[in-house]
Amino acid sequence: MDLGVLRTLISRYCAGEENRVDSRTVYIGHKEPPPGAEAYIPQRYPDNRIVSSNYTFWNFIPKNLFEQFRRIANFYFLVIFLVQLIIDTPTSPGYEDWLRHKADCSINECPVDVVQQGKAGRTQSHKLRVGDVVVVKEDETFPCDLVLLSSSREDGTCYVTTTYYAVPDTLAFRTDQEVESLHATIECEQPQPDLYKFVGRINIYTDREEPVSRPLGSENLLLRGATLKNTHHIYAVAIYTGMETKMALNYQSKSQKRSAVEKSMNAFLIVYLCILISKAVINTVLKYAWQWSPDRDEPWYNHRTENERQRPVVIRAFTDFLAYMVLFNYIIPVSMYVTVEMQKFLGSYFITWDEEMFDEELGEGAQVEYVFTDKTGTLTENNMEFIECCVDGTVYVPHAICNGQILSAVKEEETVDGIKRGFHQGRPTSFYISSSPDEVALVEGMKRLGYTYLRLKDGYMEILNKDDEIERFELLHVLNFDSVRRRMSVIVKSSSGEYLLFCKGADSSIFPRVVSGKVEQVKARVEQNAVEGLRTLCVAFRRLSPDEYQEACLLLNQAKLSLQDREQRLAQAYDAIERDFVLLGATAVEDRLQEKAADTIEALHKAGMKVWVLTGDKMETAAATCYASKLFRRSTQILELTKKRTEEQSLHDVMSELSRTVLRPRSVSGLSVDCQDFGLIIDGATLTAILKPGPEGPSAGSYQEVFLEVSRNCSAVLCCRMAPLQKAQIVKLIKASKEHPITLAIGDGANDVSMILEAHVGIGIMGKEGRQAARNSDYAIPKFKHLKKMLLVHGHLYYIRIAELVQYFFYKNVCFIFPQFLFQFFCGFSQQPLYDTAYLTLYNISFTSLPILLYSLVEQHVSMDTLKKDPSLYKDIAKNTLLRWPVFLYWTCLGVFDAVVFFFGAYFLFDNTTFTSNGQMFGNWTFGTLLALDTHHWTWINHFVIWGSLLFYVIFSLLWGGIIWPFLNYQRMYYVFMQMLSSGPAWLSIILLITVSLLPDIVKKVLCRAMCPTATERAQKLTEGTADPSPPDPRRRSPRGRGADSAQVHLGVPEAPGVGGSEPLPHRLLPGQWPEGGGPMGLRSSAGPRALRLSGAGIAYYAPGPETSV
Amino acid sequence: MMASSYNAKEEDGHVTVSGSGATRSRKPDNTAFKQQRLPAWQPILTAGTVLPAFFVIGLIFIPVGIGLYVTSNNIKEFQIDYTGTEMSSPCFNCSQNFSWNNTMPCTCSLPFVLDQPFENNVFVYYGLSNFYQNHRRYVKSRDDSQLNGNMESLKSPSKECEPYAHSDNKPTAPCGAIANSMFNDTLDLFFIDPNGTRIQIPLTKRGIAWWTDKHVKFRNPGGNGPNLTSVFQGTSKPVNWHKPVYELDSDPENNGFINEDFIVWMRTAALPTFRKLYRIIQKKSNMVPTLPSGNYTLEVVYNYPVRSFDGRKRVILSTISWMGGKNPFLGIAYITVGAVCFFLGVVLLIIHHKYGSRNNSADISN
Repeated sequence: MDLGVLRTLISRYCAGEENRVDSRTVYIGHKEPPPGAEAYIPQRYPDNRIVSSNYTFWNFIPKNLFEQFRRIANFYFLVIFLVQLIIDTPTSPGYEDWLRHKADCSINECPVDVVQQGKAGRTQSHKLRVGDVVVVKEDETFPCDLVLLSSSREDGTCYVTTTYYAVPDTLAFRTDQEVESLHATIECEQPQPDLYKFVGRINIYTDREEPVSRPLGSENLLLRGATLKNTHHIYAVAIYTGMETKMALNYQSKSQKRSAVEKSMNAFLIVYLCILISKAVINTVLKYAWQWSPDRDEPWYNHRTENERQRPVVIRAFTDFLAYMVLFNYIIPVSMYVTVEMQKFLGSYFITWDEEMFDEELGEGAQVEYVFTDKTGTLTENNMEFIECCVDGTVYVPHAICNGQILSAVKEEETVDGIKRGFHQGRPTSFYISSSPDEVALVEGMKRLGYTYLRLKDGYMEILNKDDEIERFELLHVLNFDSVRRRMSVIVKSSSGEYLLFCKGADSSIFPRVVSGKVEQVKARVEQNAVEGLRTLCVAFRRLSPDEYQEACLLLNQAKLSLQDREQRLAQAYDAIERDFVLLGATAVEDRLQEKAADTIEALHKAGMKVWVLTGDKMETAAATCYASKLFRRSTQILELTKKRTEEQSLHDVMSELSRTVLRPRSVSGLSVDCQDFGLIIDGATLTAILKPGPEGPSAGSYQEVFLEVSRNCSAVLCCRMAPLQKAQIVKLIKASKEHPITLAIGDGANDVSMILEAHVGIGIMGKEGRQAARNSDYAIPKFKHLKKMLLVHGHLYYIRIAELVQYFFYKNVCFIFPQFLFQFFCGFSQQPLYDTAYLTLYNISFTSLPILLYSLVEQHVSMDTLKKDPSLYKDIAKNTLLRWPVFLYWTCLGVFDAVVFFFGAYFLFDNTTFTSNGQMFGNWTFGTLLALDTHHWTWINHFVIWGSLLFYVIFSLLWGGIIWPFLNYQRMYYVFMQMLSSGPAWLSIILLITVSLLPDIVKKVLCRAMCPTATERAQKLTEGTADPSPPDPRRRSPRGRGADSAQVHLGVPEAPGVGGSEPLPHRLLPGQWPEGGGPMGLRSSAGPRALRLSGAGIAYYAPGPETSV
Repeated sequence: MMASSYNAKEEDGHVTVSGSGATRSRKPDNTAFKQQRLPAWQPILTAGTVLPAFFVIGLIFIPVGIGLYVTSNNIKEFQIDYTGTEMSSPCFNCSQNFSWNNTMPCTCSLPFVLDQPFENNVFVYYGLSNFYQNHRRYVKSRDDSQLNGNMESLKSPSKECEPYAHSDNKPTAPCGAIANSMFNDTLDLFFIDPNGTRIQIPLTKRGIAWWTDKHVKFRNPGGNGPNLTSVFQGTSKPVNWHKPVYELDSDPENNGFINEDFIVWMRTAALPTFRKLYRIIQKKSNMVPTLPSGNYTLEVVYNYPVRSFDGRKRVILSTISWMGGKNPFLGIAYITVGAVCFFLGVVLLIIHHKYGSRNNSADISN
C-alpha cells in the first residue's frame, strides 16, 4: 500500500467534517459492494438524533454560563459570587430549552420500521443509520432524508407533503423488485443546506453484469419532516441522518438575539461597574490616607487583633478593596435581569391573552425602524382565485361561462387545459391539492370553464371535457420549474399520436421564445392584469415531430445521468427543447390582499417605520400589490432600479441619477411645498449587481452606499424577484448601515426563514406555506394585520415598560447605595454598612422589586385604543429614545440627588441613634412614591403592590426589630424602628425629605410637558379630554365610591404632590362647572358622558382637568 | 419511466418538529385582566394638576416650619466642653497627666452660669466627638448573647470580641471593644447659692436607657440575684475598666449588664460626634424651675482619655419638647421647602398661562 492510498484512507476516516470528502457512498442495506467496486471504506455518519435545543444535560451549566457571561452583569455576578457566594440563577433560558429538549426527545424516539435481513423491524428514530432501508407507511413522517427505492403505488410514485414550499418529487425507481434483494450503492454529495438541490447516482449491481447507473435528483429525495400521503407504503434508504439532514442544516441554532434594550442595559451596567470600582478605589485610598496617623488607625478603644496587625499592608488594602466592592455591590441592580426576564415571561402572557390576536409567543419589538415583509402569504392571503384566462386574445372569465364564445375556442381551450393537467396530478375523486396555490387555482378555474381534470393514471392524464368525453394524454416528460428559467414544461402525447410540448411560465421567460401566436393582444392583456395586481402566467406550446421528440429525450436523459454539473446540463437541455413556441394565451390569478393589510402598512408608515416589501414575484404584480396595500400612494414618485433600466444605461449612471433625484429635494426642502415621497423598486438582478464587488473594486462599495442612501430616503421600497438569500442580504445590509437601525422581518414561507433569522425581530406568520417560518421566528402571529397591534400597542407598551423598569432599577440602586458611600466618610472608611444586612438583602428583592415589576406589567401610559388609533405615537419611542444616555444620566443624577437628600437630611434632622433606620425609611418610602408618580395607570394591583410593599417594609421592620432573634448573634436593630416611629420629628422629617426628593422630578416633568410636549403627552391629554370609550360597567357605576377610594388612598400619603391633583375634585363635582343655563336637561345631556367617564374605570378621574376649565 | 407527483395537504397532515400544532386553538379568556383592561386611574402630571398641590404644600409647610422653629427655639440647651486641651481649662492637668495606671482619680471642676432657668425635666448628656463608635471593627466587637445573660457566652465570648475577649487567660465580661471603652467619667452638678453654698443637684440615673433594652435585650447571667459577684466568678473585667461589671452600682436593679449607663453606651452612635444621655434632673414642683438661673459648678472625675485621638468631651444640659431636643434645622427646612414649593407654584402658574393656552389651541386645531 503506497502512501497516497494511506493518505486517502486517513483523510476518509477523519472525514467527520464533510468538507474533506466531496461525496458519500451509501451501501443500501449495509451490503458490501461486489468485488471490483471501489474499496469499501466505511464512513462515519452521525446517528439520526436531532438536537434543536441549545443545551444537553451535561453541558447545560458550562454552556449556559458562557451564554450568561455575554451579559456583563452576569460576569460581574460571578466575581461577586466568588467574593460573597451569590448565585444568579439562569432560570428562564433553561426552561425554554427544556421544552425544546422535550420536543426533540419525542421526535428522536419515534418508532421507525427498518428492513433488516429481509424483515421489517421497529426501531427508534434516533437509532437510524445511513444506509438503512426504511419502510414508511401512509401518513407517517420521514425520519431522515431518504432516497425513494420503491413505492406501493403501481405507477411507482408516492405523494408527499413537506413543510417546504417546493415539494420534492418522488421517484418510482424500482417498482417491482424486492427491496431485500437489491444490491446497490448510492453516491451522492455530502449534506448541504440547499433544499432543492440533490445530486447523486445509484449503482445497481446485478449478477455478473456491469452495474447499472441511474441518476438521482432532488425529485428522488424525501426530506425529513415531510409526510407520506396517498401511498400505502414506500421503501427508501437513509441518506442523510440526524443533524445532517437538509432540514437540520437549515435550522440555525438561534443564538439569543440581543435587543437594543439589552444593549443599553449592558452599556449602563458598564458605567455602573466603573462607578462601583472607582468608588471602591477612592474609598480604599482615602481610608489609608485617613489612617495615616496611628491614633486614627487604632485608637485606644479600638485595637486590631494580632493576626490583623501582622497582615501585610498590600493584602490589607486588597481585602479592603474587596470589602468595599461587596459593600457597594448593591449599586448593580442584581435583580434587574431577573426582573426583566420575569417581565418578559409574564408580559408575554398579555399578548397571548390578547383576544384580538391570540397566539403563542411574546412580541418584543419596539423601536423598529425597518420592516421587511414578504408579499405572498404575508401581505396577501396566498389564497389564489382564478380570475380569467386569455386564449388567442379572447378572454374567458369563469363566471361568464355561458356565453357562446367559449365554444368557438374549444380547441385552444382544451390545449391550455391540457397543460395545466400536465403539471399537476391530484386525486381523481376529490378536489385538486397542490403545494402551489396557483396551480390549484388554475385547475379549479378550468373546471369551472368546463374542463375537469380527472386523474393521472398509468402515465395518462385524463380530462373530462365539455362534452363529457374523456380525453387522454400520455405524460412523457416533465421539465421542472426552476427559478432561473421561471417556466416549466411537459411533453405529452395526445391520443392522436402527436407529441406536444406545453410550457407555462412568467411572461418575460415565455415571450422571447415565442415565434407565432397573437403576441400583441396577449401581451397587452398580461400587462393590464399585472397592473391590476394579478399573478399572470403565459402558456405556449410546440408541436414536436417524432424525431425532435427523440432528440429531446436523449438530451434530457444525458443531462439527468450526469453526476457533475447536472444542473447546468439540464438547463442547457431545457433551453434547447423549450423554443419556437406558439403562444396560446395567458392566465390571471388573483392573490387577494390580506384583511386590513393596507391599514396596517399605513399605520406602520405613520409610526415612522420604513416598510420594504421583498418578494419573488414579478415587478408589475408586486408593484400593484404595493399600490393596493397603500405602500405606494398616488403621489409617490416611483424610482426604478431594474434590469430593464440597467440594460439601457450603465448601472453607474442609473445610480447617480437616482441619488440626484432623491437627494435634491431634500436640500431645497425648505422651499418646496410638496414633500415628495419616493418609492424605490429594485429587482434581484440589479441588487446582485449592486452588492457584487465589481472589477473596479472600491467603486462597488460606493454603489452599496448610494443604494443605501437612496433607499433610506424612500418611504417605501419594493424588492422584487428576490431569492431567499437575497432577502437576508438586504436585511443584513440595512442592519449594517450607519445608524444600525432595528429591523423587523415578517414572512410566512420557508423562503423567508433566512430573512427572519437575520433581522433583529423575526416574525413568522402561520400561513399556508407551512410553519417553517413561524418555527424559526421570534414571534409568531396568525395574520399580517396583527403586526399593527403587536408593534404599535404591545411593542410600544413593552418598550415603555421595560425602559422604565431598567432606568428605575438603576435609579433605586443609586439611591440606595450612594448614602452608603457617603457614610464611609463618617465612619472612618471602615466599610461599616449603613443599613442592616437584612435590609440590604431584602431591599432588592422584597421592598422594591414587586412594585416595579407590576408597573412593568400593567403600565399603560396611554390607553391601548389611543395607541392603535394614532400610530405616530410610535415615533416617540423610536430609536431607543427612553434608553439614551441623557435619560440615563438624568435618572442617575436624580438618584444621587435623592441619596444626598436622604443622607444629609437624616444627618441633620435626627439624633443619631435612629439615624440609620430613618435613612432606610425615606429610601423605601420615596421609591414607593416616586414610582407612584410615574405610574399613569393605576389598577387595583398597583395600589395593592405599591402600598403593600411599603406596608411590608413597615411590618417587616416591626418584626425584625420587635423580637430577639435567637439565631442571630447580634441584635443591633432591636426596637430601633419602633423607637423611631414613636418620635414626632421623625415623621415630619420623612414627609419633608420625601417632598424634597420628589420635587425635581415633578418640576422637570411638568416643565417638559408644558414647554415641549411629546406626541404621547399630547395624546394623554387628549384622552383625558375625551370620553372613555369603554362601555360603562355596572359594577363600577358609582363614581363617588370609586373616586373616594382612590382619593383616600392617595391623600393618605400627602407628600406625593401628584396626589394633590385630587384637589380639583370638588370643583369637578360642582354643578357650576356644567354648562351655563343647563337646567336639569342640560345637566343630563352634557353630564352624561362626564358621569360616565367618572364612573368608567375611574380613568381620568378629574377628567378634563383644571387647565381646560380655567 | 419517470413520473412525479405533488400533493400538499398542508393544513392537516404534516407533523411539525416542535409538535406544537395542537395547542393553537385555545381562545384566551376575555377577562379584564388578561385583556389589560382593568379599571384604572390615570393621573397625569401637568402644570394644571401639580399647581394646586404646590400651593397647598407651600401653605402647609411654612406654618408647620414656623411652628417647629419656634418650638425648637423654646428648648433650652447649654453646653460646656471639659476636654482640657487648653491651658486655661481647669481640666488641663487631668488631661495632660492621664495614664491608665493612675489609681488616684483626677478631678476638676468647671464653673458655669445659666442665664435662663430650665423648666421641666432637664436631661444631662455627655458628648464625645471624633470618637468612631461607628467603625466597623468597633461596632461588631460585642457579644449580644453574653449581654443577654447566656452563661455559655459568658465563659467563652464570641470571637467577634477579639482582641477584647480574654484578659489574664480569663474570659472578659462584658467582652468586646465597645464595652471595654465604656465612658467612665463621673459628672456631678452643684448649684452655687447666691450666698455661696454649694447644693448638689440630684441626678436620676434610672430611666435613661430604652425600656426594651433594659428589660429584654440586656440581662444578667443567672437572673438578677444578689449573688452577682459569684456569677461573674472566673471572668475578668475589661482591661480599661477600673471596677468589674458587678460593681457598677450598688442597686441590684442597675448592676451588672443591666446597668443603664452601660446599656446606653452599648447602643453605638452612627456618627463620630455624638451625645449620650447621662442623667435626668427630675422636676421637683411646678413652682420652682428645675434649674434656676445662676452659678453652677460641674465636678468631673476625669477618667476618660480623648486627647490621643483629638477627641472632645462635652456636657450638655437640655430640656425637651414633644419634638425632642433642640433642632432648628427641621423648622428651617420646612420653611425653605414650603417657600420653594410656593415659588415653584407661582412659576408654574406663569408657565401654564403662557404655554397651556397655546397647547390647547394647538389641540383644537388638530
